[in-house]
Amino acid sequence: MSIRDYVTLRVGGQLFGVDAARVHDVFHPRGLTPVPLSRTEIAGVLNLRGRIVTAVCARRRLGLGPRPADAPEPLAIGLEVHGDSYGLVIDSVDEVLKLDDEKFHAPPGNLPPRWAEIIVGVYQLEKELLIVLDPHTLLDAAHLKAA
Amino acid sequence: MMGGQRSDPRPRFRVGHSVLTGCKVDDLIAEFLTETAESLEVVDSELVKFEANPNERKTLDNIFRLVHTIKGTCGFLGLGRLEAVAHAGETLLGRFRDGKLEVTPTAVTLVLHSIDRIKLILNGLEQTGNEPDGDDQDLISQLEAMAEGREVAIETVQAVQVPDRPINADIPEVVIAETKPELDRPLRPGEVSLDELEAAFLAAEAPDWMSDPEPEPAVEAQAEAPKAEAKPEPKVEVPVTAAPKAEPVEAPSGALAAALGEENGGIATTQSIRVSVDVLEGLMTLVSEMVLTRNQLLQISRNREDSAFATPLQRLSTLTGELQDSVMKTRMQPIGAAWKKLPRLVRDLSHELGKKIDLIMEGEGTELDRQVLELIRDPLTHMVRNSADHGLEPTEERIALGKPANGQVKLAAFHEGGYIVIRISDNGRGLNTARIREKIVEKGLATRAEVEGMSDQQIHRYIFAPGFSTAAKVTNLSGRGVGMDVVRTNIEQIGGQIDLNSIAGHGTTFTIKIPLTLAIVSALIVGAGGQKFAVPQTSVMELVRTGTNAEHKIEKINDALVLRLRDKLLPLVQLGPTLQLETATEENATFVMVIQVGERRYGLVVNDVLDTEEIVVKPLASILRDVDLFSGATILGDGSVVLILDPNALSERAGNMLEEKVEDGAEDAIAESAQGQKVAMLLFRAGGGAPKAVELEHITRLEHIESDKIERMDGRAALQYRGKLMPILNVADAYGFKEQDIQPLLVFTGEGYAMALAVDEIVDVVEDFLNIELSPDRPGVRGTAVITGRACEILDVDHYLLRGLAEHARRQHPSAQDLITEAA
Repeated sequence: MSIRDYVTLRVGGQLFGVDAARVHDVFHPRGLTPVPLSRTEIAGVLNLRGRIVTAVCARRRLGLGPRPADAPEPLAIGLEVHGDSYGLVIDSVDEVLKLDDEKFHAPPGNLPPRWAEIIVGVYQLEKELLIVLDPHTLLDAAHLKAA
Repeated sequence: MMGGQRSDPRPRFRVGHSVLTGCKVDDLIAEFLTETAESLEVVDSELVKFEANPNERKTLDNIFRLVHTIKGTCGFLGLGRLEAVAHAGETLLGRFRDGKLEVTPTAVTLVLHSIDRIKLILNGLEQTGNEPDGDDQDLISQLEAMAEGREVAIETVQAVQVPDRPINADIPEVVIAETKPELDRPLRPGEVSLDELEAAFLAAEAPDWMSDPEPEPAVEAQAEAPKAEAKPEPKVEVPVTAAPKAEPVEAPSGALAAALGEENGGIATTQSIRVSVDVLEGLMTLVSEMVLTRNQLLQISRNREDSAFATPLQRLSTLTGELQDSVMKTRMQPIGAAWKKLPRLVRDLSHELGKKIDLIMEGEGTELDRQVLELIRDPLTHMVRNSADHGLEPTEERIALGKPANGQVKLAAFHEGGYIVIRISDNGRGLNTARIREKIVEKGLATRAEVEGMSDQQIHRYIFAPGFSTAAKVTNLSGRGVGMDVVRTNIEQIGGQIDLNSIAGHGTTFTIKIPLTLAIVSALIVGAGGQKFAVPQTSVMELVRTGTNAEHKIEKINDALVLRLRDKLLPLVQLGPTLQLETATEENATFVMVIQVGERRYGLVVNDVLDTEEIVVKPLASILRDVDLFSGATILGDGSVVLILDPNALSERAGNMLEEKVEDGAEDAIAESAQGQKVAMLLFRAGGGAPKAVELEHITRLEHIESDKIERMDGRAALQYRGKLMPILNVADAYGFKEQDIQPLLVFTGEGYAMALAVDEIVDVVEDFLNIELSPDRPGVRGTAVITGRACEILDVDHYLLRGLAEHARRQHPSAQDLITEAA
């Protein structure tokens, strides 16, 4: 039995989790420079303490609708994939949960393809399901093209 | 290489860190691996040199010394297997050195095999920390047999698979020049001085020819390391003809000699220490950040006039700049480092292919950023292979052709502006234009008609197209699917360019131009579509202010924008619309940046030029790499992130308006073959196919008229022009006039009349030699000629003048139908 830490977050009301070891920081994505001709998922690039971070919009990546106008300022979680710094722009961050591997399930087979490939698995929490995201496929250029 | 017969015999053992402190064997082995890998590379190339010139005493001495050093160090570290192989190799080399054995290719091959075996064992050692199991008796007995002068069947030596990269590829190191480190404190009890230690190390390694005053303390200091075992071999194995006796002045003797070795041994000027690349990269990042912070400070200070910070800030700024330069220098390495493996490669190729090949290398000392160096190492190796394998003819064929029997592959490197230029040339058969042409059609890369209209050079460039490989015979060494397209991609990824020039029967020259460094560049910050972008200053030739009141005006030919600049038409690319940030408007186009990429030139239209700034180029995340117009991003002084434009990619976006120009230097042969003087030519497109050209002197005017002003009568067209009706002819009858927009016209004047030719698009005005090659029997075309690297159809002006005259005549004398027939 092993326990893992997950940073839990919300995008469009849905609860997601990312392996806490992968999350470098949480920040407000401000001062974004848009990247012309890039894919719609790309929110832009920004300066995070001297590092250039590429912000990717989780809503667009997951095919969810735009953020409501009255929503609070979005947050981003800092992730590193293939040596590049990314910020995944999300609606809000919840708590860090310790979860037992035994409660982990493979993703169900009836997910839309866009979701299926970026989801590692699902935890059944008491109130709702926690969908565990794979930052690698989420932010990988090849997978993005396929999506 | 190292000068002097008595160059430093010591293994350059860096004592500073590992020996005095922990003295861990692991550290020693790591050092040993790094050093030996370097020595082996030298041995490889020296052996090839030696084989070509067996009387070159210095080369042999150098090889011998290196192998001896390896052997000695192995013994010291208790690496028995390595030591045995090195020893056998050394014995054989010793026989060469004594003149007791003739140097034959077989013998050299055998020595090379033993070097390969050493590399293999080292590879195992690196991975596991221990010598891998294995038996080298086969190799050793062959080496011994050879040393004793017996015949050796070399084929039985198993070819050893040696990893392609240097064995220390994972921990690359660079060497920085530095003064000799000295301890600036008294020695602690138990410590020994550096000189003593080095001397002891020397003595331990080669006891039989060093006089040996006081080796003991140091060897004790090495307690944990396996002691150097007394070698069972008699003195015979180490030739006694070694330097000390011969040159008593240069090499006093023993430990003193070793201690003074670097001062007296002929390599006094280049002292160095090893620094891990990680440390340098870290330093580089820090300096980059410092530059950015400096820029921010400067920006703040600029806005405050009374600041007491101004002076110290200025000083800080200068220092930061100097620091940046110095750190950049530590990253510079001679390009020779990427060429080290080539002599051996060419030698092996030469044997395998049965061709005699000379490898000539020029400008090995030309320095470039090691990051760039690493990136071009493989492409260069591949290209040299290609030249030797495919470029050069077999020796018999060369002799039959009356060429020198030895083929030549030449590498040359030199600096040019902020770039390093590398040429790889061979004097072989040149590219097979006919075969490439077939292949282009076969692979559907272009139609037969298009191919027919191309110059040889255009056709040759298709070897850079993805998946293009003409090698009919796949050899072991090249033609394994890694084509020139991969080479091109690799080079373009680092902002470089590659081109080639091939002359049938005389050989092929590849020219590569790459930036010296990728890390820091000066850039112009420009505004377009409400956003800021950085443009690397190296590619910006000049800035031209345009707009309503400016001297220079942007003009439109069809949909394409051009700028008249010193009687030349500069094709323009509008930045904002290209990036889909705004729709094309001429009002906010205030600046044109004249940009030179390779031999191409174009104008980039921007709304504003804001500043110049030193920027630290950071690569874009891989998720953004498909946006090819940006080469990276940077953080400006105000903390904002801007994207760096890639002028090369932008020029491609500008499409076929941009004519490629032949590179001057590489085209000497072509320039020589062309006769006469350069002629100014107008290039234009009409009716598809190859671009067309006409001598500028024939043209009276260029006009751009609104299409609806053209009057049409029974299938003929004319224009009210300066009070007269001027007939308009079409260059290609199959294509009608443009139905809308602006129609470009070339106006010609005959005896007392004017006529105009309607064309699709005016491309450029260029100067080149006019060397008309073919005379096809098509009316209106004098032939084709290569103009600035492109095949163009040369317009027959007389033909059109005659037709124009016929039009006039027809209007005045409707019966002049015979004139028209004659003209057509």
